[in-house]
Amino acid sequence: MKAIFTKDEYVRYVEQKAPKSKVMKNILRAFLVGGVICAGGQLITNWLKARGVPAENAANLTALILVCVGALFTGLNIYDEIGRFAGAGSIVPITGFANSIVSPAMEFRSEGFITGVGARMFVIAGPVLVYGISASVIAGIIYYLLRF
Amino acid sequence: MNNIFVSILSAFITGGIICAIGQILIDRTKLTPARILVLFVTSGVVLTALGIYQRLVDIGGAGATVPLTGFGYSLAKGAFKDVEQYGLLGAFTGGVKATAGGITAAVFFGYLVSVAFKPKPKS
Amino acid sequence: MAEKRIGRQTIKIQNPVRIVSAAGIVGPKEGQGPLRHYFDEIIEDELWGEKSWEKAESKLQRETFAKALNKAGMSTGEVDYVIAGDLLNQCIASNFGLRESMIPFFGVFGACSTMAESMSLGSMIIDGGFADNVACLTSSHFCAAEKQFRFPLELGSQRPPTSQWTVTGSGCVMLSNKGTGPCITHVTTGKIIDMGIKDANNMGSAMAPAAADTIIGHFYDTGIAPESYDLIITGDLGRLGKNICDELLRRQGLEISDRYNDCGAMIFDMERQDIHCGGSGCGCSAVVLAGFIYQKMQKGELKNVLFVATGALLSPTSTQQGESIPCIAHAVSIRI
Repeated sequence: MKAIFTKDEYVRYVEQKAPKSKVMKNILRAFLVGGVICAGGQLITNWLKARGVPAENAANLTALILVCVGALFTGLNIYDEIGRFAGAGSIVPITGFANSIVSPAMEFRSEGFITGVGARMFVIAGPVLVYGISASVIAGIIYYLLRF
Repeated sequence: MNNIFVSILSAFITGGIICAIGQILIDRTKLTPARILVLFVTSGVVLTALGIYQRLVDIGGAGATVPLTGFGYSLAKGAFKDVEQYGLLGAFTGGVKATAGGITAAVFFGYLVSVAFKPKPKS
Repeated sequence: MAEKRIGRQTIKIQNPVRIVSAAGIVGPKEGQGPLRHYFDEIIEDELWGEKSWEKAESKLQRETFAKALNKAGMSTGEVDYVIAGDLLNQCIASNFGLRESMIPFFGVFGACSTMAESMSLGSMIIDGGFADNVACLTSSHFCAAEKQFRFPLELGSQRPPTSQWTVTGSGCVMLSNKGTGPCITHVTTGKIIDMGIKDANNMGSAMAPAAADTIIGHFYDTGIAPESYDLIITGDLGRLGKNICDELLRRQGLEISDRYNDCGAMIFDMERQDIHCGGSGCGCSAVVLAGFIYQKMQKGELKNVLFVATGALLSPTSTQQGESIPCIAHAVSIRI
């Protein structure tokens, strides 16, 4: 094999031969589904506000409801179908965060409630919390130093 | 009525664009979903700190707060708010405090659902 | 050189080693594919009455072995060795599936090349006079493999266009020095080949150079003319890998396109079944061999087959550490 390709040449050859993702189609689908989920969120927020919930709480409550819906759709074996169609359109919204918590937990239930469900819940979502929270602490410290 | 329609439309467009950016990253860079989520939440924190994300929230509403960048926005905004109130301690309490509802809901509903349902292969 | 060794990678089997029976059981998706009529049983759902995917895969091996044993008209006491392996960590599908068999057992790991690896070793054991009957089997399970190597089933992620679908299924062949059935005549053992592909969602491309290397080694060592085979079949390169392997061979002066196929490219309906580049997994080549190829040989529709099972020797750890994928291909030559 080395006679005709070096490793680098082979990797490049494969890249050129491999079927490509249909990028435009995928982007359009992600835009539509992501947009619909967010519009749904706005709808919930508007409804809550109309019922007299203060703006801050309305946003929090919206997140809570969407997380609940995302978790439920995952359990009903629907979210993965949406994800197959929408890609980032259903990964990026907070419903996708719920999906990333529920899906490994469901999968590893056969390993028990503690080491299976409990531990595996955060296989994907764990890093999000680690980096999100750490970044917010750093941002907070910088803000503190700039202010005082 | 008109206002409501505009707010939903701008949420749709803002959220759609943020998700489309995620899709470009997946297709072009082969980033896994876990990396996309981390990247988005961290970007949300950074953009909020730079004062950019607040403007996006003002325009897009839920379109900016529902994507994971919005989670980063809540974390950073909460940290800043608590820093103003409690000083340096706030950097450690504000972020999680502001997002406690979402995180707790994810853990609690996540647990309930994963105990109640079974995974099925895609056929 | 050892008397049965005819080249760097190849041995010639001198005493007859026959495949006296073969059995294959597959999952529901494979049961909707174009080869569905060649399988002994199609299970209705991936759990098959068990509590976990892993247990279901063990049951696949247990039942497939029982079918092959039954077809050969043998009792477990007549089988001298079982050689088996699978994709799960520590090969638990084989270890647990065969723990009640009470037959001397060799566990092997060759990733998806396991079927050809176990048949290679089984042929040598029989030819060497160490056994009369040896069972060779392997399995893979879509859900168990996804869980171990990729993402949870319910995670809403997209599969890239180069990805392949792990076959749910188990295949078993019974080798014997007596009886009737196609003979194993040559064994060409592959070398570990790594051409630097790092994408675990593009296994076909990673494995293609290993397949091409073993095929060329086989013809170089044996001096057999490629035209004497009706079918040269690789294990689970899929549509893309098959294409690349074919081109690699052509560039090295070996033209086999008219008699070359790939189990991974055959087992599913590419247009209807949404499996991107094709099937993969230990079970893929095993069920195609035990079903399609074996039955065609029994009927005389295929006379000489070169079976080249391909394996990607990676682990989730090596992928996370950014390693490229070492691959292997083992070939057995089967004639009636």
